[in-house]
Amino acid sequence: MPLEPAVLSKLQTLLDADQLLTSAEDLSVYAYDGTATLHELPCCIAQPTTVDQVSGIVRLAAEAGVPVVTRGSGTGLSGGSVPSPGSIVLCLARMNRILEVDAQNLTMDVEPGVLTQAVADAAAEAGLFYPPDPGSINISTMGGNVANNSGGLRGLKYGVTRDYIMRLQVVLADGQVLDTGTKCVKDVAGFSLRDIFIGSEGSLGIITRITLKLVPAPAAKQTMLGHYDSMTAAAETVSAIIAAKIIPCTLEFLDRVTIRCVEDYAGIGLPRDAEAILLMEVDGHAAEVEEQAARIEEIARQHGATAVQRAHSDEEAVQLASARRTAFSALARLAPTVFLEDVTVPRSELARMVGRIQEIADQHQVRVGTFGHMGDGNLHPTFLTDEREPEEMERVEKAMAAVFEYAIELGGTITGEHGVGLAKKPFLPDQLGDTGMATMRRLKSVFDPQGILNPGKVLD
Amino acid sequence: MSSPAAESGNLLVGLDYSILQKCMHCGMCLATCPTYMETLQERSSPRGRIAMMRAIADGQLEVSKTFADEMYFCLGCLACESACPAGVDYTNLFEHARAEIERVGVLDTRKRRAIRHTLIQLIFTSRRRLRLLGGSLAAYQRLGLQALVRRTGLVRLLPRRLRELEPLTPTVRGESVRVNFRRDLARHNPPSPRHRVGLLTGCVQDIAFGEVNADTVRVLQVNGCEVVVPETQECCGSLHAHNGELEAARDLARANIDAFDPESLDAIVTNAGGCGSHMRHYDRLLADDDAYRERARVWSEKVRDIHELLVDIGYRKPLTPPPAAADGPLVVTYHDSCHLRHGQKVVDQPRQILRDIPGVELVELPEADWCCGSAGIYNITQPEMSMELLDRKMEKVGGTGAGVMAAANPGCAIQLEHGTGRAGLEIEVTHPITLLAAAYRAEAGSAAPSGEEAVAS
Repeated sequence: MPLEPAVLSKLQTLLDADQLLTSAEDLSVYAYDGTATLHELPCCIAQPTTVDQVSGIVRLAAEAGVPVVTRGSGTGLSGGSVPSPGSIVLCLARMNRILEVDAQNLTMDVEPGVLTQAVADAAAEAGLFYPPDPGSINISTMGGNVANNSGGLRGLKYGVTRDYIMRLQVVLADGQVLDTGTKCVKDVAGFSLRDIFIGSEGSLGIITRITLKLVPAPAAKQTMLGHYDSMTAAAETVSAIIAAKIIPCTLEFLDRVTIRCVEDYAGIGLPRDAEAILLMEVDGHAAEVEEQAARIEEIARQHGATAVQRAHSDEEAVQLASARRTAFSALARLAPTVFLEDVTVPRSELARMVGRIQEIADQHQVRVGTFGHMGDGNLHPTFLTDEREPEEMERVEKAMAAVFEYAIELGGTITGEHGVGLAKKPFLPDQLGDTGMATMRRLKSVFDPQGILNPGKVLD
Repeated sequence: MSSPAAESGNLLVGLDYSILQKCMHCGMCLATCPTYMETLQERSSPRGRIAMMRAIADGQLEVSKTFADEMYFCLGCLACESACPAGVDYTNLFEHARAEIERVGVLDTRKRRAIRHTLIQLIFTSRRRLRLLGGSLAAYQRLGLQALVRRTGLVRLLPRRLRELEPLTPTVRGESVRVNFRRDLARHNPPSPRHRVGLLTGCVQDIAFGEVNADTVRVLQVNGCEVVVPETQECCGSLHAHNGELEAARDLARANIDAFDPESLDAIVTNAGGCGSHMRHYDRLLADDDAYRERARVWSEKVRDIHELLVDIGYRKPLTPPPAAADGPLVVTYHDSCHLRHGQKVVDQPRQILRDIPGVELVELPEADWCCGSAGIYNITQPEMSMELLDRKMEKVGGTGAGVMAAANPGCAIQLEHGTGRAGLEIEVTHPITLLAAAYRAEAGSAAPSGEEAVAS
């Protein structure tokens, strides 16, 4: 659906020629994000470099009633940044300056197009630490991280993106610019509007500037890997570690299917008959970390680990972590269409959930490997299929629906870190209920009465 | 081949769709793509390029000039293949996309045709013409003509494009190994070899860096290899395959298979990252050729990069520093040739070899795996982007404090030498195997000129 010539010419006055893309080639390469099978051509792509341009574009879009879909690098896994029909794609990748690193207040100010890895690097350069590390950290943008409240491997100890947002600048649906939050740790002036935009998936406003909280960098780290012949034993190890008042920064697991796939792909010497492996990392003061690592080794053995390896150098640590690092690649190679899901359950229910996922997979005869974050109950059941096989796709969809249903039954959530977008939208009412959905709709109509911001995402 | 392809002849339509489909557009390649990171334009990313190819295969997009420009803006560095979680065969897609662009002729101009014809069809398909070119270049330099042209400002009389390229003219060092081998090196093959290997001499490598080839032969001989250097071998064909001339590439592949007789060898060795990466794909290239399919499979199985082979056969560590490291540690940094690292996944072996040379202190180069901008003939076709990448590379190189930079691909070596000159860095560019050979030579004693290696083994 092409843009009305009048709207297009107004956009042209607002932007330089290279900031507005309309060729068939460009439309085709902004038709997707990182989500399998979802595809929709936008009507143009705007690449603003200033908040004034963003505001101008949104104002124009509001006048013309044209939808605006904001995106960064387009690595999302729920279709949140797949264009809505007839939309302007607002690509913020070029707003990528780090504006300030404030070592006194431990904050960093960035534009939304800054890569997460660049934030982590800039923090490290100042001897500080930005903990959230989503799987796409090398290329994901901070704006996308905030809009999806991204997680990562360090959730248990360090929390998620939300825990590191102090202040946001947001362009509202009518083009007004809102600043919300301060650099103050304590700030209760009015409703926390800032928090409403975190995880709002571009449907309430457009984030144009972010003030992040940083923490001191941990001085030392220890890495261990445990092998288990039951998932329950691995889960019990995790519970026992936490009961011993140790909060590891990483507690990652691979299930049997994933272990075998990793072994087939990378041949790193994992036990092919193991039911689970558990990657455990503690960070902090060197002496404390040493003590905790020794204790964890002991706990792991007491709780049925058939083997526990501990890294004695950085290289060994990298080696131990390589199984987890290659998990997704090992699975993704096996099929042309891959759905990487992120159901999350209370930690205590994780072993049960993993077991049930395999049952569901067997029942529907689909291939699923599960790995994920045992410390925070966030699982990544990875469904392997081929979108050209409609019959199999149908079974995959049924299996996924059953997995979501069971996660909700266990008091969990359909998405721990990828967001709702398009892919999870049908399942959201099951989790939130009528009141939850109605409240969300009322909120949406307050911020975006015309419904031009990422329409059709999260909710209808 | 499927029927729609037969009807339209479109090479992207004819391609096995599962290769295109393998890309799950996750975006993990973007951060490793030099053209994306420079432009932040999705169409200049591997994911974007594949999406366009898929749209073409689906009949939703034309093979347009925009697409063609984009495919030639791609360096073909294959960093995306290393980053790809799904194992997309980008090389294959890239080659077919460019071949389709040439088939359709969307970029066709008289000038472009003339340049391509000279380079791809005339020079690099004939070993005679290549040798002639090498000889003329050597004479041009030996007679001091190059210096004269540069000093007197005659260079200014060249057309702008050529003038910019003139500094990239490789300096001819050492004679062709084919000549050297026939005359001298062949005699030093070990009497009872443990391995029998064929050496691909390469085109640019043999013209500009004949000494690297000679060093490769010597190092192989020291390590118990009987080396064969077939006289009738041709260019490996990577230039052709990467520039849309798949048929010419197939002809060259067949000629090389005939010349080497892969069944008679334990390995086919190359010291040029670009050649090796392409040679490993002869099996795919000739998959539809009944007469050559099986031999091409054998060939691809036996292709080894020199560093990889040395580590595989358990090469002997030299005992003495090379002369350059005789008076104190020689600080060396290593640049990954894209096609060695991403195309062949040879990453640790060259580093290991450098570390094993006494007196050499290897300093890691930040962004060692980032393309230097040479990329085959990219520095000729896309000089602007090429120089941006080169400057970025030199900034990192300058920070290492190294006196020597090792790289295992002649294209990189020429580009990097040009870069050190541009940046005013006093850094010598060399091949890891040259350093290794120098160490073996030093070990065998200063008296013996070149015939000591067989003894040293």
